[in-house]
Amino acid sequence: MSDLLELTAAAAAERVRARELDAGELFGFYRRRAAAEELNAYTWVADGPPPELDGAGAPLGGIPLAVKDLFCTEGVPSQAGSRLLEGYTPPYTATVVAKLRAAGAPLLGKTNQDEFAMGSSNENSGFGPVLNPWDRSRVPGGSSGGSAAAVAAGLAPWAIGTDTGGSIRQPAALCGIVGLKPTYGACSRYGMIAFASSLDQAGPLTRDVTDAALLLRYMTGRDECDSTSLEFPEEIRLPSAEDLKGVRLGVPEELTGAEGGVEPGVRERFEATLTVAEQLGASVEPCRLPHAPHALSAYYLIAPAEASANLARFDGVRYGLRVDGEADLLTMYERTRATGFGDEVKRRIMLGTYALSSGYYEAYYGTAQKVRTKISEDFRAAFEQFDLIVTPTSPWVAFELGAKTADPLAMYLNDFCTVPMSLAGIPAVSIPCGLSDGLPVGFQLAGPAFSESRLLDAAHALERAIGFDGRETRR
Amino acid sequence: MLDRSQVLHVARLARLELTDAQVERMAGELSHVLDHIEKIRELDLAGVPPTSHVVDVAGVVRPDEPWPCFPVDVALASAPEPVEVEVAGLPEPGVGFGVPSPGQAPGE
Amino acid sequence: MSATAEYEPVIGLEIHVQLTTRTKMFCGCEVAFGGPPNSRTCAVCLGLPGALPVVNQQAVHFGVMIGLAFECEIAERSIFHRKNYFYPDNPKGYQISQYDIPLCRGGRLGEVRIHRAHLEEDAAKLNHLSQSGRIHGADRSWVDFNRCGTPLVEIVTEPDIHSPERARDWLTVLRETLRQLGVSDVDMSQGSLRCDANVSVRPRGTHELGTKTELKNMNSFAYLEQGIRAEIERQVELIRGGGTVVQETLHFDPRSRRLTPLRSKEEAHDYRYFPEPDLGPLLVTEEMLAAARRDMPAELPADRAVRFERELGLSAERAHLLAFRAELGNYFERALASTPGGNGEVDAVELANWIPLLIERIGSDADPSDSKVAPESLATLAVMVKGKEVSRDAAREVLTMLVESGGDPREIVEREGLGAIAADEDGLGDIVDRAIASDPVAAEQVRAGNMRAIGPLVGYVMRETKGRADGGEVTRLIRERLG
Repeated sequence: MSDLLELTAAAAAERVRARELDAGELFGFYRRRAAAEELNAYTWVADGPPPELDGAGAPLGGIPLAVKDLFCTEGVPSQAGSRLLEGYTPPYTATVVAKLRAAGAPLLGKTNQDEFAMGSSNENSGFGPVLNPWDRSRVPGGSSGGSAAAVAAGLAPWAIGTDTGGSIRQPAALCGIVGLKPTYGACSRYGMIAFASSLDQAGPLTRDVTDAALLLRYMTGRDECDSTSLEFPEEIRLPSAEDLKGVRLGVPEELTGAEGGVEPGVRERFEATLTVAEQLGASVEPCRLPHAPHALSAYYLIAPAEASANLARFDGVRYGLRVDGEADLLTMYERTRATGFGDEVKRRIMLGTYALSSGYYEAYYGTAQKVRTKISEDFRAAFEQFDLIVTPTSPWVAFELGAKTADPLAMYLNDFCTVPMSLAGIPAVSIPCGLSDGLPVGFQLAGPAFSESRLLDAAHALERAIGFDGRETRR
Repeated sequence: MLDRSQVLHVARLARLELTDAQVERMAGELSHVLDHIEKIRELDLAGVPPTSHVVDVAGVVRPDEPWPCFPVDVALASAPEPVEVEVAGLPEPGVGFGVPSPGQAPGE
Repeated sequence: MSATAEYEPVIGLEIHVQLTTRTKMFCGCEVAFGGPPNSRTCAVCLGLPGALPVVNQQAVHFGVMIGLAFECEIAERSIFHRKNYFYPDNPKGYQISQYDIPLCRGGRLGEVRIHRAHLEEDAAKLNHLSQSGRIHGADRSWVDFNRCGTPLVEIVTEPDIHSPERARDWLTVLRETLRQLGVSDVDMSQGSLRCDANVSVRPRGTHELGTKTELKNMNSFAYLEQGIRAEIERQVELIRGGGTVVQETLHFDPRSRRLTPLRSKEEAHDYRYFPEPDLGPLLVTEEMLAAARRDMPAELPADRAVRFERELGLSAERAHLLAFRAELGNYFERALASTPGGNGEVDAVELANWIPLLIERIGSDADPSDSKVAPESLATLAVMVKGKEVSRDAAREVLTMLVESGGDPREIVEREGLGAIAADEDGLGDIVDRAIASDPVAAEQVRAGNMRAIGPLVGYVMRETKGRADGGEVTRLIRERLG
């Protein structure tokens, strides 16, 4: 049945709708694989297909979906990778998950992640690290490491994750799959356990660009439960482009040069891909994003600040872990949070609290918000001359477990190329563009707000020409 | 640049108990990160408005119509300490979220 | 010298008003008083992971109406902020409020300026359990989230109030205005109106502000007044003793009259305000302003008081009484507009004098419209008094009878023989002579120019005439007789 493994989700959906394939059978196939996995990609796997599974009548064909742990799924553990929420089952389901289920993508399992989406290696999970299917001594990236590893290893046909500073794109790059961060506001955040409210976005992790577009189409839409969500101005088109004629690609030197610390192997793959793009008819020119080098700093003030407030609800009063409930209130608060949160989460809460504290707001949070304005302006200016901005997704390929845990800053640098798009709220996708030392390299394309259809078209054309083969890890 | 007393102050604001070793380590790590981040303060940002929202979502409101509430047992389903309480004027006891008593009143 | 002769109290009020919307500020749970604990909650107001706030349109509508009522500048664009602090009644660990760009700024009610008014959400209700009895047991409490998320408008005044009585009076005026707006039950006992006071003192004649303290949790008008008075006294005593007032938050216990610090400045909260990322700016459009104006009552108490004073010539105090108790003002205006029997039109000032006398007889909380005294009857009585058809004393008797059994004042006066005795009636002159004869000492003093002595003489005549004579006329006659 490795034939099933070879089907992309879109292809499988077509077969199910044509009644050539039974959705229940496909669900069972992936369920068994997920249950037997050794990458620690899942924190929960379904017991069986859902009773009302009608693949043939649904647009997404009943193709099972792996869902990052931080999406609330009613009655199913939703722990956001944290011991503080170990075993927590919410009484409601995230809008995006409900929409996808209604469109015919039932819940296969919940995937492991960096705790509260804070991390770039999935080593910050309260439930153990996820292993990279390309090399199990290495990280899959994060924070959606579980979703990325599951798709890359054929443990799920497709998955959703969340991206705040690169948490979909970077693991997609390190695992050799496609990952998309949509325009901020395109997908509802209702039911997504929040990390940084002005940055978090749900998005697909898939084997190819077509699958990503298909999932995205059913994820978008204004939600009356999310005041920051918007109606997508058009229906997401399934990509069909086979060339890049007339497409103007901009290469920001600030993100691709020495400053970002891009390693030679990655740089080589990146430039080779630029050549492919030119051969497809694209023009490739340098562009300027003058404030991009400061994006990481702004991000590591804004995101932790918002997180410090979003995580204040984890206080042992109404749900989740409670420690020393017999003691006084202060002790209960402090011990619950000290015990439940991992080191990286504590670090970011501290950083965020400090950035907002009296006397420091203007210097830190206030300044970061102004840098954010400049970054948005830089992109707007760049998009007057270019259709898409391209960069390597990650400055390096998958690194070894433990290699970057000693220095938080070293870990933060993973996000150097992805964070600017998050701050600007613009859509960006990572596609695999080759291998370096046997490990996948990701190529990032970013477009203006709501340009997903065009963006995915270009990614599709490039993907087709590159011909990356990810089957090796799906055995 | 972040000393022990500052770390303790921030930890108190964030309701995080830290061991002495953790305070020490946190001071070092945060200082290290802040040293890097600090550089944005050197930028010329005079007259630049801050961005609170990247997307234009002003004026979003909902009509004053009720939506379904949780039944009490659902509301308390994950409560670490559900407490049965007698409430004056009600025939059945109610259920509340038990907590240690706070010492004093908080913010407004 | 008394405390307040030497020192001027400077008082500002911070008022929280619960709005009578159907649902909560940021979610669709119904707002109601009472009911089983934790029966009106959802993911949003419980602060469950992943939940998000959505603004209640009606709360904004009421907020705009409040801004209009107090002549505030209403922001076209205002921002919600997160106010961060940990407490069991605060499920998200932050309260969604407004900070430096609030819905309303500036404004006034009477002589007190409004600094700002903004929208925010109420906290849950924390209740205490009795001592657990465990060996190392701390006290236990429990939380009811029904109230959590109820829409609030917070109104902050400038420190324009200078006595505890004034604070109480002004708050009464605010309360009545809000009640007539229909935006809140404004019931202090139920918590739909809450008031904290910022109190400081300064030497009379100076203009700098002293250090202020914050008084909280005074849940009745009486306690508010008493608490403020106690704090003023405490501060003055402290200063006179050479001490300095420390900025702190105090709780007033009305039974013991003690002020206890809740927290000192050192523990003052760092709320780490930042703009709420889950909500865009709040917009107030021209349509919304127009809709708010349409829903405002035709005339608010403050405007009615001004109209009574300026157009009808009532005294400020009387205008205030009638304007700020809607039922009195309504009754008064119906009486004024009626066509009474009697000679001449109703004089507004005269009529207004009879309202307090009516209240005395029916009870200070009663609505005159529910009494047996028809508005036209009161108007008729006022006309009769003004036209000297009946003396004031006799008219009071008539009023008492009207209250008891209703009817028409003319008929009552005739039936009871209470008509005024005219000054030129013979009988009156005789009675005056008898009065003078009965008390030669007093008569002599009056002749000598001591007017205070006329009292007993007037009294004699009034008794003889059973109050039907006009006191002023009697006095005039006596003086005439005595030269």
